[in-house]
Amino acid sequence: MTDLILPILLTLMTAATPLLFAAIGELVTEKSGVLNLGVEGMMLMGAVSGFATWHLTGSPFLGVLGGMAAGALMASLFAFLVLVLHASQVPTGLALTIFGIGLSALIGQGLVGVAYDGLPNLAVPLLSEIPFVGPLLFNQDALIYLSFALAFGVMWFMNKSHSGLVLRAVGDSHDAAYAMGYKVVRIRFLAILFGGAMAGVGGAYLSLAYSPLWAENMTAGRGWIALALVVFASWRTSRVLLGAYLFGGINIIQLHAQAMGANVPSQVMSMLPYLATIVVLVLISRDQAKIKLNAPASLTKPFHPSV
Amino acid sequence: MIAPKYTNLLELHAMRKAYPGCLANDDIDLDLRAGEIHALLGENGAGKSTLVKMIYGLLKPDAGEIIFEGKAVNITSPAMARGLGIAMVFQHFSLFDSLTVTQNIALGIGQKHDLDGLSEQINAISQRYGLPLDPQRHVYSLSVGERQRIEIIRCLLQQPKLMVMDEPTSVLTPQEVEKLFVTLQRLCDEGLSILYISHKLDEIKAICHRATVLRDGKRVACVEVADESPKTMAALMMGEELKTSSKRVKPKLGPVRLQLDALNMHAPDELGMALKDISLRVHGGEIVGIAGVAGNGQDELLQAINGERLCSSAPMVQIDGQDAGQMSVSQRRVIGLSSVPEKRLGHGAVPSMSLLDNTLLTAYERLGLVGKGWIDHQKSRTVTEQIVSEHDVKATGLSAPASSLSGGNLQKYIVGRELQQQPEVLVVSQPTWGVDAGAAQNIREALKALAKKGAAVLVISQDLDELMEITDRIGAICAGSLSSFYATDTVNYEQMGLLMAGAQSGELAAVS
Repeated sequence: MTDLILPILLTLMTAATPLLFAAIGELVTEKSGVLNLGVEGMMLMGAVSGFATWHLTGSPFLGVLGGMAAGALMASLFAFLVLVLHASQVPTGLALTIFGIGLSALIGQGLVGVAYDGLPNLAVPLLSEIPFVGPLLFNQDALIYLSFALAFGVMWFMNKSHSGLVLRAVGDSHDAAYAMGYKVVRIRFLAILFGGAMAGVGGAYLSLAYSPLWAENMTAGRGWIALALVVFASWRTSRVLLGAYLFGGINIIQLHAQAMGANVPSQVMSMLPYLATIVVLVLISRDQAKIKLNAPASLTKPFHPSV
Repeated sequence: MIAPKYTNLLELHAMRKAYPGCLANDDIDLDLRAGEIHALLGENGAGKSTLVKMIYGLLKPDAGEIIFEGKAVNITSPAMARGLGIAMVFQHFSLFDSLTVTQNIALGIGQKHDLDGLSEQINAISQRYGLPLDPQRHVYSLSVGERQRIEIIRCLLQQPKLMVMDEPTSVLTPQEVEKLFVTLQRLCDEGLSILYISHKLDEIKAICHRATVLRDGKRVACVEVADESPKTMAALMMGEELKTSSKRVKPKLGPVRLQLDALNMHAPDELGMALKDISLRVHGGEIVGIAGVAGNGQDELLQAINGERLCSSAPMVQIDGQDAGQMSVSQRRVIGLSSVPEKRLGHGAVPSMSLLDNTLLTAYERLGLVGKGWIDHQKSRTVTEQIVSEHDVKATGLSAPASSLSGGNLQKYIVGRELQQQPEVLVVSQPTWGVDAGAAQNIREALKALAKKGAAVLVISQDLDELMEITDRIGAICAGSLSSFYATDTVNYEQMGLLMAGAQSGELAAVS
């Protein structure tokens, strides 16, 4: 039995990780009051840049950095348009996604068909020897460890740190924050940049670890799911974590079910993870008061510091 | 540090600020001595807010010089103002709804803080100065009065040299105002200077030493308050004598137009107030007042009457004899009920929509501004023009968004909009909050006139002076229950204070 479940759980984690990165990045961006719909585009750019960097330098570590940089670069373009030129956030984000899809395909032309072994696993001495739990928790690649560190780090940042409080304040009422003398634009710029960098890492994880190759449009809508996760998790880090793993889990289970020849149309099976994730998160986040408390009130609202 | 007695802590020389189409501050001079409470007096739109925003670094003056503690300073940001020792209590609160009281205050202080320690400090200050406030509550669940306490406590925590207060007492109960004045007096004795913006002349008379009077963006005078009477200051402020209020004559009671019958309603959320067994009759021709400290169920009562929240059974609210408890807001409006909520922006008016559109939103049915699904723009323009001119609303035009109006002007507009519809029953919460003396008088007169025409008027207010002046019967709401009601001329302030604290009628007799 363990022989059957363990591989499923192992692949589950790799399926959840890119979502977790992208969604937590977007959560931070949205908490500052900016909706960046360009996650899909930033992930794709992260995927192609990460893979290309690896291909050119031979270093998976540099690959991850390359993906992160590409995501951040895309995000800074978005930030410039939205914060400096006061472009509307929704269409700008959509355009960023479309731009990312096209640009990543262009960059990745020569990379199609190249394949690698993927990121090496880092085994924690002794702990990884524990049966079942060991390989699951202590023998993974670096980014999986990092994704957990990120999730708990952001949780701590949002709830405990002063900077996190300032970030939430800016997202709640930029006018009040401005009146108190906080630098709204600078704070938002950093939040957008962080969101982009994390989307880039999420994308790079796909092309470096999940399926170590480059294929056009390989994110397959994960950027959108990351966006949906943030909203349906009512902007709470713990629920984003839950949602990402739920999505990853059902995704892997349906793949295994398809492989075992379940008598359900494959399209329906492919729909399941999207459907189930949304349904579950909607059900657990029905509490209006909690939503009121966690939703950034000035999300997408333009900020014009005047009078 | 105690500043030498005769230095001016703050001097303003020829401050000038122009907006497109309006010169808000025209060469204004002001000098504020160390340790004094200095009033900045003027009607809505006189330029008070513009002036203090320049002092606090929110606005850049077009010309002029600010001298603080004897040195010319160029204040470019609120953080810099705070650094100099200038704190400000805003008129429009700068608060974050989704954060707690403590978090809001931590943000306002602008330094990293141990939040638990800060909560204790908040508790200490709130007890010392009689500003009750639970540091752990979220701001969205607080009433306007409680929100203002946050602002005041936030300033006190910063131990400033100069505290700028923009109409700080507008929502406090008389007892709270007295306590606040004791506080301000104590702070002043400790060497703090206060710039006190207000148009309430009796308050200025009570605590201020000197007053700089503004009118239409110009400095009219700087006077020693002790040498002036409220009347002479009003004359300076308005350039004319204040109309005396018409004596309230015994009303001719008509039939019962608004009846609440054992109205029970659970709280909207865990922090709201449940309504408990509320029964009340308001006759045509009568003005009934409900006093009470903020957060005792006033909002919930208003929402139950105007239909924002439906009653569990229809007869709980009766309008002109019709069971209205389960009618929608617009159905109730059609049969003659109008209401003015306490919160103007976002409840009484849509902030981003123009005055024209805001008129349409509540008045389209009773004034017939929509025909066969089409908006009659001509008519709604005429109606809005009437509201603006009759109530002297200062706005840049009918297309100005509601959020661009100052608090007092928006209140004049909203009250005017509801009065324009000639309601049979009017429920109004805080009718004159933040409105200057002249305009407040107009609003009160308009409410009296409406009652005289036979409408039933229910006024929910924390301003006891106002209720004592305009109502025929008065009671109080406390913890979601109504007290007994008394003819207004048979109760005194002390008794009202007891009612607001939840006293029963028996205890009241002991006082009289």
